Amino acid sequence: MVADAKVKVAVRDLTIRYGEDVALSDVSFDIHEHEIFGIIGPAGSGKTSFLRALNRMDEFTTGMAVDGRIVLDGHDVSEWRNLYSLRRRIGVVFPLPVGLPLSVYENVALAPRLAGVRKKSELDEVVERCLRRAALWDEVKDRLDSLGSLLSGGQQQRLTIARALSQDPDLLLLDEFSIAVDPVTTMRIEDVLKELREEVTIVLVTNLVQQARRLADRTAFFLTGELVEVAETEELFTGTVRDQRTRDYVEGRFG
Amino acid sequence: MFETTALNTRSRRIEGLVRILFLMMAVMLILPVLIILGMLIARGGPVLSWAFLTTPPTNGMTAGGILFPLVGTVWLVTVALIASVPVGVAAAIYLSEYAPDNWLTRVINLAIINLAGVPSIVHALFGVGAFVLFFRFGTSILAASLTLAVMTLPVVIVATRESLRSVPRAFREACWNMGATRWQTIRKVVLPNAISGILTGVILEVSRTAGETAPIMFTGAAFFLPFLPQGVLDQTMAMSMHLFVISTAVPGVPEELPYGVALVLISMVLVMNALSVGFRMYLRGKKKW
Amino acid sequence: MPTRTTGETSGSSGVALDIDRRDLAWYVDKAVAGLVFVAGISAIIFIIGIFVFITREGIGFLTSAFDFKEFFGSPAWRPTSERKATYGALALIAGTASVTGLAMIVSVPFSLGAAIFIGEFATGKTREALKILVELLAAIPSVVWGFIGLSIMNPLIIETFDVPIGLNILNSGIILGLMAAPIMTTIAEDALKAVPDSYREAAEALGATRWQVTRRVVIPAAKNGLVAAVLLGVGRGFGETMAVLMASGHSVNMPTSVFDSVRALTATIAAELGETAMGSDHYRALFTLGILLFVVTFVINLTADLVVRGIRKR
Repeated sequence: MVADAKVKVAVRDLTIRYGEDVALSDVSFDIHEHEIFGIIGPAGSGKTSFLRALNRMDEFTTGMAVDGRIVLDGHDVSEWRNLYSLRRRIGVVFPLPVGLPLSVYENVALAPRLAGVRKKSELDEVVERCLRRAALWDEVKDRLDSLGSLLSGGQQQRLTIARALSQDPDLLLLDEFSIAVDPVTTMRIEDVLKELREEVTIVLVTNLVQQARRLADRTAFFLTGELVEVAETEELFTGTVRDQRTRDYVEGRFG
Repeated sequence: MFETTALNTRSRRIEGLVRILFLMMAVMLILPVLIILGMLIARGGPVLSWAFLTTPPTNGMTAGGILFPLVGTVWLVTVALIASVPVGVAAAIYLSEYAPDNWLTRVINLAIINLAGVPSIVHALFGVGAFVLFFRFGTSILAASLTLAVMTLPVVIVATRESLRSVPRAFREACWNMGATRWQTIRKVVLPNAISGILTGVILEVSRTAGETAPIMFTGAAFFLPFLPQGVLDQTMAMSMHLFVISTAVPGVPEELPYGVALVLISMVLVMNALSVGFRMYLRGKKKW
Repeated sequence: MPTRTTGETSGSSGVALDIDRRDLAWYVDKAVAGLVFVAGISAIIFIIGIFVFITREGIGFLTSAFDFKEFFGSPAWRPTSERKATYGALALIAGTASVTGLAMIVSVPFSLGAAIFIGEFATGKTREALKILVELLAAIPSVVWGFIGLSIMNPLIIETFDVPIGLNILNSGIILGLMAAPIMTTIAEDALKAVPDSYREAAEALGATRWQVTRRVVIPAAKNGLVAAVLLGVGRGFGETMAVLMASGHSVNMPTSVFDSVRALTATIAAELGETAMGSDHYRALFTLGILLFVVTFVINLTADLVVRGIRKR
């Protein structure tokens, strides 16, 4: 990774609270353009809260308070008056797959439709491209009319990824996407992510240390709301200069 | 454990007795209704015929059928639904999708409970004061239906709210994350999956509205009219009012006639209710996620 | 690079445009938010509206012919008297109270018993069937109940108890009890259902029978909800109009036995409003009865709500 890569997201002094509870405290780091940025850490370390803040979901979450700055492409996300256009730039994949109770086709066509695409041929093209990308096309191409919410867990997760891609995002957030997916599917999705790196910036939140090691260019380690360290992934796993807690975590002594 | 066997037998026996006692209590609530229904059918059944439904009351309401009250009730219910369903559904959307957990929401919920709890005759007084007099609709279908609409608003709100809340939050978040606005999310994902629950509530409201008497007595329901209403500013006869009138205020009504009217009225209401119940059970069997 | 659906290239210039871009969807969203908010507060508007409009019509009585001592202390409701009209509501209040009271005596044990059976003992199909039947009970229109009181209960009471008239407290009390039962049963069952199953399982693990669990664990835990259920039942009985009008005999009377005919507050309005001249003392006095009914039911509902809220806090 080149050292002077362009900064996609700059996080400065970010603190997130839910009422009295502090989910993330005074965190600063950068995410570079066209990299896979891994975030690892045990449950409750503030990983998901960070994603929610980045996507301005605090707006829809009662009691969630965000302090500090998250700068996307040079603009603080709190500047956005039209939150929806912010979210349209950011694709999100959740830990638990959410196939919307619409047809498979409509699941993927929803975002382009919302963005104003009307032409059937254009929609068809987006649906097929995104489903192919998410390694789901071959399984569902003959039943695009069936409900997305009734697919199997692994298929729903890939559908969620296809949907995130259908937004044509320039930032893709994945939150522990492999929880509900079998290992084979996980590997297929990981391959897709490696390809996608050329086009979008990816933030990969994971509780699987090895997954971060396989995919991420740089990785941050969160622990109970604190950023312990952020470094080139290989450095984090093999380097000599690092925080004892990071070493304990990546070597599996707690988590 | 073995020493307590005698005690166990005793508490087991009490258990059996209590069970039967409570079952009897439940049956005692339901039995009278079944008996009453049976009597209405036995005495009102012979009165029913196609002609009974399709001829107007004649001879000072001592003969003939129930065409005018029947049509009048359809008018009243229809106008009431047109007024209350949009407001009720919108209110439920606010409560389920927008309302923060604050004092205003608590006051709204309290107001809904109260609106459902205010006596029907007080709703009638409100209808007279507001719609008949203040808004100058006079005693008319419009005034009566609006009174009914206000009174049954809680039925639509509560049914719709519950049905919206049964749509998992994850679907909304997925939509928001894609950049859908709140309204786009509601329209594309939440409402389509709640529509059947809403419909159940609306059917229930129809049943409530059709049976009400007090709210329409002074706002638009007539004692007797020799013609059908031509528009919403006309008065009309109504089934519930007609039953009240012929069973209390008209001399010389044959004994069986009010039974027939009561049977038709209760059939309308119960069919609507059964529809709503059946619809709900059908939905429960149909999984969408 | 795939075609961008927004038609813009990625990068800062597009971002700057997006930040303030408010498209049609944005405006529609704001408009809908405003619209549903107005609908949301409509319930409040209507409650205030009800109070304002009945007060508007009734206030003239309160400021002129109204005499607190007479209104609450005299049983003489003679609004049409030629010599001197008197507006004593005591007999009407007593009528409402006696009918509602009897209804509760009849209905509370059965309703709570039925709720306990449905909630704690019945299972599967029986439970579903009972719930549906209770719902149907709630669906019967009040005018039909009144008709039943008039044409079925009336001769039955005359025959059974050998009394001259069967339209009395007993008749309307039983009818009202049946009418108030569904709401009490439903709310009480909801309260029982709200008790976590872990409570029951814990007690059952100790070898307690269903009834012991119900009596020692479930009922105490659901107490507030059960109280609220009874309160709402009282409110329902108190506000009932048509059935009471038709089955109570409708004569102004201080009741001494359940075989006395009485007249209720609600029924008085229903029976007399049609015969009064708009703006007359009598007309306004009826609206004043309406204010009384509104205030009392408001207090009952408010109390029930506070009682239920009490459970949630714990």
